Amino acid sequence: MTKKIRVLIAKPGLDGHDRGAKVVARALRDAGMEVIYTGLHQTADQIIASAIQEDVDVIGLSLLSGAHMTLFLDVAKLMNTNDLTDVLLIGGGIIPQEDVPALKKAGIDEIFGPGTPVDDIVTYIKKNVKR
Amino acid sequence: MTDLTTKVLTGDPHAIARLITHVENQDPQAITAMKTLYPHTGRAHVVGVTGVMGSGKSSLLYELAQSYRKLGKKIGIIAIDPTSPFSGGALLGDRIRMTELSTDPGVFIRSMGTRGALGGLTNAVYDVVDILDAAGMDLIIIETVGVGQDEVEIVKVADTTIVVTVPGLGDAVQTIKAGLMEIADIFVVNKADRPGIEQTIAELQSLVDLDGDRDWKTPIVPTSAKEHKGIDSLIDNIKQHTTFIHQTHLYEDRRRIRYEAELFELIRKRVISYVLDDEKLKNQVETCLQKICGREQDPYTAADEILNALLK
Repeated sequence: MTKKIRVLIAKPGLDGHDRGAKVVARALRDAGMEVIYTGLHQTADQIIASAIQEDVDVIGLSLLSGAHMTLFLDVAKLMNTNDLTDVLLIGGGIIPQEDVPALKKAGIDEIFGPGTPVDDIVTYIKKNVKR
Repeated sequence: MTDLTTKVLTGDPHAIARLITHVENQDPQAITAMKTLYPHTGRAHVVGVTGVMGSGKSSLLYELAQSYRKLGKKIGIIAIDPTSPFSGGALLGDRIRMTELSTDPGVFIRSMGTRGALGGLTNAVYDVVDILDAAGMDLIIIETVGVGQDEVEIVKVADTTIVVTVPGLGDAVQTIKAGLMEIADIFVVNKADRPGIEQTIAELQSLVDLDGDRDWKTPIVPTSAKEHKGIDSLIDNIKQHTTFIHQTHLYEDRRRIRYEAELFELIRKRVISYVLDDEKLKNQVETCLQKICGREQDPYTAADEILNALLK
């Protein structure tokens, strides 16, 4: 048996900057993971449908527009209703520190802000995948 | 496990996705499931889409899927991208071109890494085709990795193989002459909105004309995924090819080739794991390896010895 960690990297909402998402995607690839990159402007429904079909272990959201309190929460909610509770949900981008507790309370497992070494994300995922 | 297969048969995306994971990871429970599903397969038409990287395979596939959806067909898509030979990881980016299809309940898309397989496919692709088939898909479209000259494994699994090229590659026609040229049931010249399209079509036509005595004349279809052009013609050609292979036994011949490849691969795998699971045989392999490395024995004699021991 050769289990590989599969990660969906998605950009919800309307911001068009995916440099950070691509850097993270590449780092996870180099750590031996299979990364499904969905591209820009994803709705929460599209992210959930992709996560189900791809049977991922992790959903990683990247957002720089400031709409995280709406869009991250939408994804977290839909994960619950779609029976994706064994999937790790992480986020990154421009997320003010004061929003982090509320996001975590709503079901986002971890937030990685600007300047996070990519190795930290790799280590976190390897340690925390739920299945 | 029976629960999982029952759900696959009803088309439940969670179950389909999970079983594909088991198959990819070579989880032993996948074998039981595949045995159960097998009687429910053989209904879907399998279309392979291959071609050089950057030729627009994903965008074309998106257009194709959209049009088939309008005809009411349920579609399974297998999109393959390369696995890194260094890290074992992969960046699977084919969904980027297919975003609009994600939430369509009549479409199931799975991105897969090659995981060390050569030839443009992945080893699990045969089982994944069967899973999507059993789940009720009318059409299964496989997108290979971007290929060069010799990645022609797709013919072993596809009923209809589409080779995609683009104008302006200069020696594109040269590149596809030997390997890819022979496997095309349909040629698509994508990005037909670009300059040089007439010349590319003419060059392909002259190559196709050399196969004068074949029953199936490989059609050349110009398309522009960007401008949504040529897709209806492509669908029409796929339909004609489907009719052709069913009328001429080619369909049965191809399925036989596919299952022969699959059966031989399974036998090979089983024999090797049988040898490695047996303590005595495993030791013999080790001894032989040492002798081979020390130039005391050749690999052919060693293989014969091990097989003889196995058969006793």
